[in-house]
Amino acid sequence: MQNFFLGVALTMCFFILLCLYRAVWGPTVFDRVIGAGFVGTKTAILLLLIGFIYRRIDMFVDLALVYSILNFISTLIVSRYFIKKGVHVHS
Amino acid sequence: MMSVLVMTITVTLLSVGLFFFFSATVGFLRFPDVYTRMHAVGKGDTLALLLCVTGLALYNLFDNCCWYGFVQSVKLLSIAVFWFLASPTATHALLRSAFESGVTPWTKDGTVILDKTETEVRT
Repeated sequence: MQNFFLGVALTMCFFILLCLYRAVWGPTVFDRVIGAGFVGTKTAILLLLIGFIYRRIDMFVDLALVYSILNFISTLIVSRYFIKKGVHVHS
Repeated sequence: MMSVLVMTITVTLLSVGLFFFFSATVGFLRFPDVYTRMHAVGKGDTLALLLCVTGLALYNLFDNCCWYGFVQSVKLLSIAVFWFLASPTATHALLRSAFESGVTPWTKDGTVILDKTETEVRT
């Protein structure tokens, strides 16, 4: 079962690398924000899988919970910031 | 017998969750617009995290079968419940921010269906 968790974690790392393309070279600012949020969600799952691999799920479940809460709050703060400030669009 | 059944259910749930992560990633890379990308990510993300965390909670419940393992499974499910509430909220806030900043939606023939070129600054 540990090997299966390791395979799922490695596949998740590959998807994070794919997402990082859009998060770095996104055409608008919002693509970058969505990409950062998506990478954060996958990282929460990755933390849970690392906890199952090392058999320390009692510690890593709290880390994953805090990570998902921080991800949500950062997305909300960035969206509020761009509503107030506005963004320059090149289209 | 029970352990084989639980392992099968866990492997199935994790594989389906990984498939939904893959489809959300493909939609995020391939779609032509901010709004369509947000559509792909906001749905696939939520469902994939729900499936993965449910499978892991079931595995943890039968792996260390005591009161402490039950509490950890409840914590795992609380991540899923929180993200099921938070991800549509975050997607909605970000979409409204993009709309009020003047990002025009993509159309197939390139016509602008929303003439909102200047940015609105709200105080």
